[in-house]
Amino acid sequence: MNFISTQWVAYSTILRKEFIRIVRIWAQTLLPPLITTALYFMIFGKLIGSQVEGVGGVSYMEYIAPGLILMSVITNAFLNVAFSFYSSKFQRNLEELLVAPVHPFTIVLGFVSGGIMRAIIIGILSLIMMSFFIPISIAHIPALIFFSVGTSVLFALGGLINAIYATKFDDLSLFSTFFLTPLTYFGGVFYSLALLPSIWQTLSFINPIVYLVNGFRYGFLGISDVSVLVCAGVLTGLIILCITWLLVLFKKGKGLKL
Amino acid sequence: MNAIEIKNLTKVFPNGKKALNNVNLSIPQGEFFALLGPNGAGKTTTINILTGLVQKTEGEVLVFGESISKNHTYIKSLIGVVPQEFNFSIFETILDIVVTQAGYYGVLRKDALVRAEEVLKKLSLWEKRNDAARTLSGGMKRRLMIARALMHDPKILILDEPTAGVDVELRRDMWVFLQELNKKGVTILLTTHYLEEAEQLCKNMAVIQMGEVVAQGPIKELVSNQETQLFVVDVVGTVSDELLKGLSVFSPKKIDDNTFEVLVSKQATLTQLFDICKSAHIEPLSIRPKSNRLEEFFIQLTQK
Repeated sequence: MNFISTQWVAYSTILRKEFIRIVRIWAQTLLPPLITTALYFMIFGKLIGSQVEGVGGVSYMEYIAPGLILMSVITNAFLNVAFSFYSSKFQRNLEELLVAPVHPFTIVLGFVSGGIMRAIIIGILSLIMMSFFIPISIAHIPALIFFSVGTSVLFALGGLINAIYATKFDDLSLFSTFFLTPLTYFGGVFYSLALLPSIWQTLSFINPIVYLVNGFRYGFLGISDVSVLVCAGVLTGLIILCITWLLVLFKKGKGLKL
Repeated sequence: MNAIEIKNLTKVFPNGKKALNNVNLSIPQGEFFALLGPNGAGKTTTINILTGLVQKTEGEVLVFGESISKNHTYIKSLIGVVPQEFNFSIFETILDIVVTQAGYYGVLRKDALVRAEEVLKKLSLWEKRNDAARTLSGGMKRRLMIARALMHDPKILILDEPTAGVDVELRRDMWVFLQELNKKGVTILLTTHYLEEAEQLCKNMAVIQMGEVVAQGPIKELVSNQETQLFVVDVVGTVSDELLKGLSVFSPKKIDDNTFEVLVSKQATLTQLFDICKSAHIEPLSIRPKSNRLEEFFIQLTQK
């Protein structure tokens, strides 16, 4: 069997294993994020949002819907890979992969695809749930696909980097709690940057999640606080940076080999 | 052709500990080779470098002539490894564990399912194929690790203490299984603490201590080079001081009233021992080596 077909079979095996894991523990992987998104949507969108003026020509509930979906995509892509990879490292069954003729790129691709799979499933389920409350229209399908898949890829890669560096389970939740969550909340999910005082507007532009939320919102509603091309550029640049970082880590064996 | 050739292999861990120091080892194709040594001697580090879990600091490792520095991905496809500790997911079923492992080696799922039936039946695990790994007994878990390592039909099988904690009957069944594999041409590298196991299964061995190979060669040859061997003698009657004095050339040690042990050198014969007993009017009832010869060789070597 040649190198390419070996890598392909290995990749589909990792992906299949990830899919079975996600489905087997659906009460931990699929249900909680859906409930969280539903609660945000009902409380901020329906209860508080009904008292808030519309933004960019749409109701507040419609305005926050894309951001809430993307927030869920970010969290799930990140946590799926971070916990799945770190658990494998912790239980040492990652060794099954490391002793096999699986190229580091295939390992990265397999775990990242698992994260994308879970993030997209959650995204679609959230969208279905929201469709009962708001009219769903898609302004730019290519932008929607690019920013949803691209964001899943980026945070799945981030989850993998976090898991490689992690030496205990606490290291996974630390990054998610003290870095990912604040950036997401200040990433323009619940508000337009135009509503912020100028200093906060300027500061917001160093938050990468601002570009992702706005790009994704553009796909849905056709409105964005930032140029969509800039959003796409930031996303692509960050993905390239994370892939390079990961391949260097695998080559050095950081966190994997002694 | 050598299946494994290790040249001047050195490993220094990030904490500064030198685990291997200039190790040289040759294992011909088709060999059943024992790598022995006390705990922490460097056996597992050697294996982990071969399998890609640990990076070497210096030296060269060749597998069927290919260097792991240049083509480790290909080399990994030739090796099956049974690690010392259980490292499968305890939540997965036996069938999932072995079929997934085959997938990592590029074996298509449909072929892996066929192979899994063959391997699991051979290792008496087929009936348990749909059980989660956590429900298995210790012996079954060991067999599962062997089954997993064989899924891609490796040319080299590395066994890191495969029978640790396994009962005598199962251990012997595993020996038969491994010998059959070896007869089919699989090169086997075994590390074990059961020296009887090494003596039973392997023709050649290397002893590694504090990261260095201190002995290497055919087991029979190495064992026969021993200077002395310790024997335990049971006698009819009481072991007297007079008898012990007469046996002073054998450095005797009284164990109890009817038993003593003696150190017999290569130059001495057991006839001399019996003659001394006879002259002291003591009749030997039985005589046996205190431990097997490999064990003694190992102890003498590692205590130097």
